[in-house]
Amino acid sequence: MGEVTVPIGPQHPALKEPESFDITLEGERVVRMVAKMGYNHRGIEKACEQRTYIQCLYLIERICGICSHSHSTAFVQCVEEVAGLQVPKRAVYIRTLIGELERIHSHLLWLGVAGHEIGFDTLLMYTWRDRETVLDLLAMLTGNRVNYGINTIGGVRRDVTAEQVAEIRKGVALLEERTKYYQQVAIEEATLAKRLGGVGSLSHEDAVRLGAIGPTGRASQVDRDVRRDDPYAAYGEMSFQVVTDTHCDVYGRTLVRVGELIESCKIIRQVLDNLPQGPITVRAPRRIPVGEAVIRYEAPRGEDVHYLRGNGTDKPERMKVRAPTLANVQAVAKMLEGNYLADVPLVIAAIDPCFSCTDRMIVARDAGGRKTGVMDWKSLRDYSVDWYKKNRGLDCSRIKLRA
Amino acid sequence: MGWALSNIFLFPGLLFLACFGLLAEFVDRKLYARLQNRVGPPWYQPEADFIKLLAKEDIIPAEADHRMFKILPIVALVSVVTAFLYIPLWSSRALFSFDGDIIVVIYLLTLPTLTFFLAGWYSTSLFAAVGAVRALTQLFAYEVPFLVGLLSPAIVAGTWSLSGMAEFYRIHPLYWTANLLGFGVCLIALQGKLEKVPFDIPEAETEIVGGTLTEYSGRLLAFFRMAIDMELVVGSALLSAVFLPFGLGLPAALGFVLFVVKVSLIVVLLAILRAVVARLRIDQMVEFCWKYLAPAALLQLAIDLAIKGVLLR
Repeated sequence: MGEVTVPIGPQHPALKEPESFDITLEGERVVRMVAKMGYNHRGIEKACEQRTYIQCLYLIERICGICSHSHSTAFVQCVEEVAGLQVPKRAVYIRTLIGELERIHSHLLWLGVAGHEIGFDTLLMYTWRDRETVLDLLAMLTGNRVNYGINTIGGVRRDVTAEQVAEIRKGVALLEERTKYYQQVAIEEATLAKRLGGVGSLSHEDAVRLGAIGPTGRASQVDRDVRRDDPYAAYGEMSFQVVTDTHCDVYGRTLVRVGELIESCKIIRQVLDNLPQGPITVRAPRRIPVGEAVIRYEAPRGEDVHYLRGNGTDKPERMKVRAPTLANVQAVAKMLEGNYLADVPLVIAAIDPCFSCTDRMIVARDAGGRKTGVMDWKSLRDYSVDWYKKNRGLDCSRIKLRA
Repeated sequence: MGWALSNIFLFPGLLFLACFGLLAEFVDRKLYARLQNRVGPPWYQPEADFIKLLAKEDIIPAEADHRMFKILPIVALVSVVTAFLYIPLWSSRALFSFDGDIIVVIYLLTLPTLTFFLAGWYSTSLFAAVGAVRALTQLFAYEVPFLVGLLSPAIVAGTWSLSGMAEFYRIHPLYWTANLLGFGVCLIALQGKLEKVPFDIPEAETEIVGGTLTEYSGRLLAFFRMAIDMELVVGSALLSAVFLPFGLGLPAALGFVLFVVKVSLIVVLLAILRAVVARLRIDQMVEFCWKYLAPAALLQLAIDLAIKGVLLR
């Protein structure tokens, strides 16, 4: 069939969010991949500059549905560091609790999605049924299943009662039992091992060179975890293991995430056992002084970096987010080399992509001699109409846009 | 003449096969759902889907071949129904039979796969083309074990006619137990023919959107899906006629119930297989079929040759 270019995206059943991967195939083997990002860019960083810190918090929580607490906690910690606030220990522990519950939520969701990508819908249904347990716990604690709204500058907004603690223990015990079952499935189910093994290989050297982090990197023996290397929140007082694996492929990433599920259950139990008494918030000033802070947070997908610059007013001067998927997506092109078309959705799903987190504006200062410029709205639209005419054979010029 | 027409179009021909096909689809989907801890569709879901699709607009891509696009679902439907007419159901005599009709039935059952390939090819859509090539590749993998597995009991029976085989096994009870390895082989090969997990590679939703039938919609898709449902029943009926030929001497009503039970058992086995494994890649599937399935079929052939040579002297 010669060389064919298959567009995976921006709309494709394999992708949960729009992102464009143009795969060039020879027969069924992948020869080249070109990734185009930016479909989920919403101008959040710019919007944050025009909102007060509390309004920013609402916005930043909604960068992503499933890493919501990661972004919100990282931002709040940035502000607290710039303002020099001492957050009460109980609040810190509650933040850790919600963070680990979010990690369990995210990894169970990923297991289901991975199952669905390889046609194993039974695994999808089972893991998502178990995910309901964790969603119910989060709804009980925070009032919402995603976008928890538990953080405020200076602490948390809701307290945890003794009955809730008992419920959490029950839920976590159930989840641990189900996770052990999935560990067994991952090891014993032959078709699963066949589809996941040897697919999307990323050697340790390539992982370090391309900057893979989080479970993607840890499956290639990149032994980095911000919770251990640069402890924040209550992680300095918790004892847990960082799960790494030597498989360097999608199977390894699956094992790492399932292992992290067990570790999260352990951490949650330690948090509940050692939950200190005390207030849950400290009064935060409206105007945050001049200063900058960089906070790293271990989101379910890897290291999430937040930067904040305050200028003494009640609105941030500049706020920047580097989501983990941005680091991992660079490695996807390397992972796909020599793989089959059938593996492409799986490999893309195996880095647990969250494109909503990732899409930011990048200004290229030194474009290697090529021209750079800024387009206004009309010329941008003309450019896009021309592109679609030339590359997809579609004529969108007569579509009227609402002003 | 009147009898023949009503047999072909009503019972046990087109209408009966359509109803049974929709029932089999319900059993398959309901069992699949219950195994996944879900509720599953109500009994009338396949009928509702069929009627809904009939009411929708047929959208044919501008660059596709319109005539081929419209003919192919009909060809698939017709070949499946014609194959059904030669399969003995609840007695040892099919509606029509002649010596060599097992080869004709197997051939007629490969026609739907050919129509899937052509449908994908003529759609001129990228995803459909990839799916079409995969359908054909898959055909080369499962067809040989399927053929060898089905012909082994025929060698014992000494005839190439399905009705002749059924008659032989009715006269010599218990000989069919020697063919159970072939039953297993043909069950897995049938899953490949029906393009269901682990062999639903041509229609891998998460990889190539809709596979061969990506561009199909409306009435044409309704007929394709009806052909697929009927293929489930016809394949199961063929397997039950060749490998489970017991109770063929029973009176008509009891024999009909036994036939429904046998076909349902095969549908249940295929649904369970669908639920417990993941989808294979096309190269893994071809490797599996040629490394394990074909040798197993050849082993069954050897067993049947031995039986023919030794026991039936």
